[in-house]
Amino acid sequence: MDDLKKLRNTLLEKMKFRENNQNAQVQVQVKVAMATCGIASGAKEVMDFMAEEFDKRNIEAVVTQTGCMGYCYAEPTIEVKLPNNEPVIFGWVDLKKADRIIEKYIRNNELVEGIIPLNFASIDDNLNDETTERKKQIRIALRNCGVINPENIDDYIGRDGYQALGRCLTELSPDVVIDQVKKSGLRGRGGGGFPTGLKWEITRKSVAKPKYVVCNADEGDPGAFMDRSILEGDPHSVIEAMAIAGYAIGAEFGVVYIRAEYPLAIERLKIAIGQARVLGLLGRNIFGTDFCFDIELRYGAGAFVCGEETALIHSMEGNRGEPTVKPPFPSVSGYLGLPTNVNNVETFANIPPIITKGAEWFASIGSEKSKGTKVFALAGQINNVGLIEVPMGTTLRDVIYEIGGGIRDSREFKAVQTGGPSGGCLTKKHLDTPIDYDNLIASGSMMGSGGMIVMDEADCMVAIAKFYLEFTVEESCGKCSPCRIGNKRLFEILEKITKGNGTLEDLEHLRTLGNVIKDTSLCGLGQTSPNPVLSTLDNFFEEYYEHVVDKKCRAGVCKSLMKYIIQEDNCVGCMACARNCPVNAITGEKKLPHLINQHICIKCGACMEKCKFNAIYTN
Amino acid sequence: MSHIKIQLKPRQVEQLQEVCQSFNNKPGELINVLHKAQSIFGYLPAEVQEVVAKELNLSVAKVYGVVTFYSFFTMQPKGIHPISICLGTACYVRGAEKVLDEFKRLLKVNVGETTPDGKFSISCLRCVGACGLAPVVTIGEKVYGRVSPDGVKDILKEFE
Repeated sequence: MDDLKKLRNTLLEKMKFRENNQNAQVQVQVKVAMATCGIASGAKEVMDFMAEEFDKRNIEAVVTQTGCMGYCYAEPTIEVKLPNNEPVIFGWVDLKKADRIIEKYIRNNELVEGIIPLNFASIDDNLNDETTERKKQIRIALRNCGVINPENIDDYIGRDGYQALGRCLTELSPDVVIDQVKKSGLRGRGGGGFPTGLKWEITRKSVAKPKYVVCNADEGDPGAFMDRSILEGDPHSVIEAMAIAGYAIGAEFGVVYIRAEYPLAIERLKIAIGQARVLGLLGRNIFGTDFCFDIELRYGAGAFVCGEETALIHSMEGNRGEPTVKPPFPSVSGYLGLPTNVNNVETFANIPPIITKGAEWFASIGSEKSKGTKVFALAGQINNVGLIEVPMGTTLRDVIYEIGGGIRDSREFKAVQTGGPSGGCLTKKHLDTPIDYDNLIASGSMMGSGGMIVMDEADCMVAIAKFYLEFTVEESCGKCSPCRIGNKRLFEILEKITKGNGTLEDLEHLRTLGNVIKDTSLCGLGQTSPNPVLSTLDNFFEEYYEHVVDKKCRAGVCKSLMKYIIQEDNCVGCMACARNCPVNAITGEKKLPHLINQHICIKCGACMEKCKFNAIYTN
Repeated sequence: MSHIKIQLKPRQVEQLQEVCQSFNNKPGELINVLHKAQSIFGYLPAEVQEVVAKELNLSVAKVYGVVTFYSFFTMQPKGIHPISICLGTACYVRGAEKVLDEFKRLLKVNVGETTPDGKFSISCLRCVGACGLAPVVTIGEKVYGRVSPDGVKDILKEFE
């Protein structure tokens, strides 16, 4: 057993050496962020181009791919490390720019525009050192994303990969492992926030055998892509953590339940599992101990409700993904009726550093009741759309204005939606609230899996609530009536309001019905689905009121409430609008002001586009 | 089940049987089998479901129940270039609906339909996780980011 570990250590040393020293001194290292969004923006072309050009121009350089660096707004992004220089990240790299980077920066060490300042601390930094500048971001779950080549296990091992697993198997008993996870204060990152260590302990104590470890990679929240980025950028961390969980709870079999919509993540996971098997890090007698563990993939098929753990388990069994009442919890009776431990991708990604760096280290980061960091996918009307990881307890203001770079086009911040269709909206008054599980729930929203959609004054909150309800109606599995029928009715009332037919009574109905659905639904989907409505009602009641009483949508989103009006003073009677109106709603004599018949108008805006005299406006 | 009646060729039935066998004909592997079957046929007509049900020793009703539950599975044939418009939140707030309207206007088909020449079909999906590029459209395997209604015409031109 010790021999094997020694062998592993020399291997680790060798890899570290190769990674950090030898190459770095003689060669130029270029890393291209090749996650789904990077590839869609042309990262593959940039990578091929650079490799080819280095050859042609006789520059000794290594071009490797890596995962998401988190700067989605600036894709494609590349990192260039010159010998004896700090790495520099360039954004918005197309072929032309790649050419300039080669000629100017790599050849002559002259900087090129489009440099992205590094704004996060890594787990290797001494976080408690007061002398170093405090970084807003700390990367624990994303520690390897954008750093290593996800398709090469050596890279992962070179960054202390599989050391945590080795340590657990050879030095720690399962109870100690669980104790460490409990002490770290890690809570489920999928949204619920259940203490991970406790979950492991309950599964360990269940008597039935065999037991299963399941990784929930069915990231269904629209606007959330943390799990995809981790799987695409650092698949081994999830594999290693699943094996640790297997050891701790006494399971030999793991399943990753992953969305079929993530082909690249599936591909990279498959490669990673294969590599781990070859090195004996999965399979029989891992690290020479009698612990055996292997992982299989199961694919989701596009059902949001399958993110709920009981529904996910039914789907794994090949059934319709309908949830069942808890208890029994999966930790007692799950997959095939046996004890099953379900954790989310990001939760797993936090496990190896907790083991190697210690529970105390992890618990020193974050707020009182929520430890560690949380990855957020920042999207919507924000300048720096991307993936960020901040300590729990960071304020919304820091996230939006410091890291996110503020609202696009310097517009006014209106709200941020967290927790997807299960969450709610946070507004200006919440800007200085520290983000953690309990504070978000107290504010009428929830952590959710980590999607953060930023909205500005051009977004109508009633329409947003309607958008989420439409989603829930479509994704409700239909098993229990509060969710199946109640959400449909909620949606219909919202539609009535956005069409301009709402009454004040409807607003009352929204609230009562919403609360009934919350209280009586069977699973997490129904219990949280009215949140977008209830929280917008609480925070933006005046907007609902305007829709209902003044028949006005201040954001101009609800078309039915919008009126196109001709300003008589500016209208010269050129007939251009009348000729272009598809429904002949405009009448008027030549050279006299025209009039739009509001009953016929379909609000297409064609008249406004054609008018050369700015005579048409909307209310 | 479906208004389209097709006749599976013996070779296709064999192919399906092989797929089922590769999963040891286990009923629990139904979803994996359906994924494979859809990648072979492009969609899951009633006839395919019947073969799968027989091979995995399940009722046709059960297979149909699973196929209709998951939005990834379809019983309608898709176009040669299936167009999917992401209507996730990030895409929605960045104007995905207008992009969808433009596709519908240019191709003259609705969501879930295929053009008469079988070339394009339109569907909506919920978040491909490329929110940094919103609004996002996928055509086949290719992902288009930051699509504007004006750009739709040019995208379609690529497939002429």
